[in-house]
Amino acid sequence: MEIDREDGRTPNQLRPLACSRNILHRSHGSASWSQGDTKVLAAVYGPKAGTKKNENPEKACFEVIWKPKTGQIGKVEKEYELILKRTIQSICVLTVNPNTTTSVIIQVVHDDGSLLPCAINAACAALVDAGIPMKHLAVAICCCLADNGYAVLDPNKLEEKKMTALAYLVFPNTTLSVLPEGSSLVEDEPVEHGIITSVTHGVMSVDDYFLCVENGRAATASLSAFFRKNFQQSQRDPSKAG
Amino acid sequence: MGLPDSSQDLTSEMEVDAFRRIFPLRFFERHLSESLRPDARPLDKARDTIVNLGLVSTADGSALAKIGSTTMLAAIRMEVMTPSTESPDEGCIAVEFHMPPICSPIVRPGRPAEAAPVISKRLSDTILSSGMIDLKELCLVSGKAAWMGYLDIYCLDADGALFDAALLSAVAAFSNLQIPVVALNDNGRIVAISDEKEQDNASIIEEEAVNKEKRKLTLKNIPFSLTCILHKNYILADPTTEEESIMDTLVTVVLDSSDQMVSFYKSGGEALAYSSSIKSCVELARKRAKELKEILGEMDVD
Repeated sequence: MEIDREDGRTPNQLRPLACSRNILHRSHGSASWSQGDTKVLAAVYGPKAGTKKNENPEKACFEVIWKPKTGQIGKVEKEYELILKRTIQSICVLTVNPNTTTSVIIQVVHDDGSLLPCAINAACAALVDAGIPMKHLAVAICCCLADNGYAVLDPNKLEEKKMTALAYLVFPNTTLSVLPEGSSLVEDEPVEHGIITSVTHGVMSVDDYFLCVENGRAATASLSAFFRKNFQQSQRDPSKAG
Repeated sequence: MGLPDSSQDLTSEMEVDAFRRIFPLRFFERHLSESLRPDARPLDKARDTIVNLGLVSTADGSALAKIGSTTMLAAIRMEVMTPSTESPDEGCIAVEFHMPPICSPIVRPGRPAEAAPVISKRLSDTILSSGMIDLKELCLVSGKAAWMGYLDIYCLDADGALFDAALLSAVAAFSNLQIPVVALNDNGRIVAISDEKEQDNASIIEEEAVNKEKRKLTLKNIPFSLTCILHKNYILADPTTEEESIMDTLVTVVLDSSDQMVSFYKSGGEALAYSSSIKSCVELARKRAKELKEILGEMDVD
């Protein structure tokens, strides 16, 4: 039995994606990422000299500032900042620029569900635009569970409210390999099946969680393809300088 | 503890403490290859856990939880408030997690620790979404009065696995909670009655929702959590602060008493979580949930 979604999407279909980079002129890197109506703006400043207190000076340091669309900054924003900071730290090569701080500022333009994954994708695109060295990209997706046990990807705000549980999952991007073996395997699983970050809300069974992870992994292929196409297009476009 | 013989590096000439400070990762990996940790724990064993109830006499419910050296003091204070219009017969719980400077040398007064609001929110989400507390039990007079519980958790010693200890202390505090006696007075307002006053005062009207004696909340689906570190092929359960600072990939699994997953929290980190690691973490969390259930059961908690 299929779920009927209000906007007519299939359960595994993502909303239309749009990404534009280099939109802010003062920042070293910037990107705007939208999934359907959810839109997030990310700006990257850095690397700047010096690290904050209690941070390891032998590695590059990241700080994330999250600005909501309205209202004061509260615990929700602080949690998002910490999750984003740790995710960025795990994808960037920290030893290239030691004793530096890179600031990532996230501005929520509109929240229509799946906000944290949208922000992670925007931050990734902005980091690429700024030229920060990274091991791979972080591809984020939101997967939620309805009460009849079906998993639905990329919900909008109304769908999020109706669902019993949801999971925000971040994976490394899939690699496009010219060799027939494909990507390297770790413990019999391709590298891009490993979870970088996972945040769940609501109660679900362990099997349901694995179902969400499977669906999320399948979606990373299309998201990675979108990233790749978007970055390659601007490379060929001579009017955009870097 | 003798150092293994290796002629090539200078570890054979160094003292253990110096080696631990200068090469912390290698120190730990030497232990991990023998499936042990520096405090002689096996990789999948959590530290000794102690729970004490009812320590704070001024609070309506309190508990102290110690996992190894990590110490959390939780206290609940109940107050009467008007419920919101969207849920007129439900009470409310506000969770706040504090990290005072006593808990760790990194925390200084005036600048709140980075981890504090995040753990605060995670605790709040976990407690509310697990359904441990039926908010309808906190209702006094539908639409007019309901209980608001202020849960404050103070970290007294931060030695790793803060979320686990905080959740345990919160659950124990709720089990110790006794809702104060109240009555409806002439003005239609709820007043608290202290233990010494008599109940036969003519001005006190008894509604069916107002309690006559102190009662406890029924807790169902109690959540239990376990934090693990993923490092190469090893999974370490219940890390200390030293282990957390060296190996930065933490995974927290919260399971409830009916084996449902309340939360699977992994926030970045060098190691990626593959299906096998996820399964192992969930298994370790199951074992730990059984242990914690027994410990709480000894305290006469349902």
